[in-house]
Amino acid sequence: MSTTPIDTWAVDLADVTVIYPWVGSEVAMVWIAIALWIAWHVWQVKHENAEYAEQIQKFGDSETIKKAIDGD
Amino acid sequence: MDTDIGALTIVFTEFYYWITVALMFLIHVGFCMYEVGASRRKNHMHTLMKNSMLIPLVTITWFFFGWWIYWAFAGGPGITGGIGHPVDFASGYTPWSEGMGPRLDDRISGVFWAAFLLFAWTAASIVSGAVIERIRSFAFWLFAILIGSVTWSIDAAWGWSYGGWMVELLGYHDAYASGVIHAIAGGTALGILVVLGPRLGKFAADGTPRDIQPHNAWLVCIGLFLIYTGFWGFYVACNVPLATTGYIDGLITGTTQTATTIYLTPTTLGAITVNFLMSLSGGMMVGYMVSKGDAFWTYSGGLAGIITASAGNDLYHPIQALIIGGIGTYLMYKLHFWVERKFKVDDAVGAVAVHGYAGFIGVVIAGFVLWGHPSSPYEGFAAINPIGQFLGAVIMFWVLGFIPAYILAKILHGMNLLRIPKEVELLGLDFHSNQEAEQARQDVLAGVREAHS
Repeated sequence: MSTTPIDTWAVDLADVTVIYPWVGSEVAMVWIAIALWIAWHVWQVKHENAEYAEQIQKFGDSETIKKAIDGD
Repeated sequence: MDTDIGALTIVFTEFYYWITVALMFLIHVGFCMYEVGASRRKNHMHTLMKNSMLIPLVTITWFFFGWWIYWAFAGGPGITGGIGHPVDFASGYTPWSEGMGPRLDDRISGVFWAAFLLFAWTAASIVSGAVIERIRSFAFWLFAILIGSVTWSIDAAWGWSYGGWMVELLGYHDAYASGVIHAIAGGTALGILVVLGPRLGKFAADGTPRDIQPHNAWLVCIGLFLIYTGFWGFYVACNVPLATTGYIDGLITGTTQTATTIYLTPTTLGAITVNFLMSLSGGMMVGYMVSKGDAFWTYSGGLAGIITASAGNDLYHPIQALIIGGIGTYLMYKLHFWVERKFKVDDAVGAVAVHGYAGFIGVVIAGFVLWGHPSSPYEGFAAINPIGQFLGAVIMFWVLGFIPAYILAKILHGMNLLRIPKEVELLGLDFHSNQEAEQARQDVLAGVREAHS
């Protein structure tokens, strides 16, 4: 019993094709990966917006900005 | 793999592309160094992350759809053939295909996939430098996916494959990607820049451009030097290392084996090595002269020289490569400052010029210098010609570069997701984390002082 299509290496390698686990589940794996990819962007844009909002709230006063510009 | 010579050929080809991937990684290291060096201190960590994170995002989307597009769209679809024209490899490269996983009966596809992916990173990374210090990371990463896994993949299918419709109908020839990587990346950057606008303070009230200096000019130049180094991998990856006439299956006769371009037209590694160096030299010499010894533009000139000559560097005489590299560098330099003054476009690192204008010019020049040379070993394909090359350059820069990026930029601008808030731009993208770092440093100092007393 193996998660891959290979149970033994006592074979002619010319007959071996795929060697990864869970052959047959590719479509499900792709959908999971696409969902994770899109979820990452959703999380990232929320995180980026929150980061800017926090920065403006903490440091967005004109005095701090003026000091930051002078320090460039 | 069932004969010694067959096994050696396959393992050599596998290793050949693997080496190109490792070398092309240096392009990305170089881009990060150059981009961070060009940004001001208050922005450099965000600048680094903006560029770095395109690596995973373009990689996974290249897996999901970029690679499939390349194999599916050579015929348009609908211009010279349907999806999968001329040979349906595309069905083997869907993300759910068994062809995408490790398998012992195909040792080449994985390294070939990776070499193309590294081209995709390069295209996206070129765009990254132009838009520094004011684009939102979210927006940039969407543009990176757009060019890296969609538009470059389409342009490569059309104009950088042995069965591409642009090759067949226009005689398009772009062996080392003047157009298919550089012109499209320059056009994409320009499409974003006209919507994004300049960095605050870039232009005086009367429209005169100001020179925003890099925080570390030395780092910028070493970054460009590293891009030169990685460019060797890029060039070598554009070739098929060993092909027989039987493999090509075109009109070539005899049994001589040869390296070929991506179009399966014969060339040699020796030819492209000499021409790479000669076009680099032409670009650096003219870059030094036209910028009066400015280091950034001299290094950029070397890059522009290679990029201009790349369309035909499989065939040019070395002196032709030298002169073409010099011409492209001169023109891109002049165009950069003209566009900046005339249209108030703030291209922070000159990416539109070095890649876009030089790439466009290089594709057009190849049409004249290589006029009448067969674009393909297959019967019925148009020969290389000036009109086909000009149309090809327009497709690369404007149709697949500028227009899709401009549309996406407009959409993101409309959603207020394109540009960072003004206060954040004035403070600097790293301001918050720098404050926290300073606070941490003070805490440590207080602890050390306490221990001392």
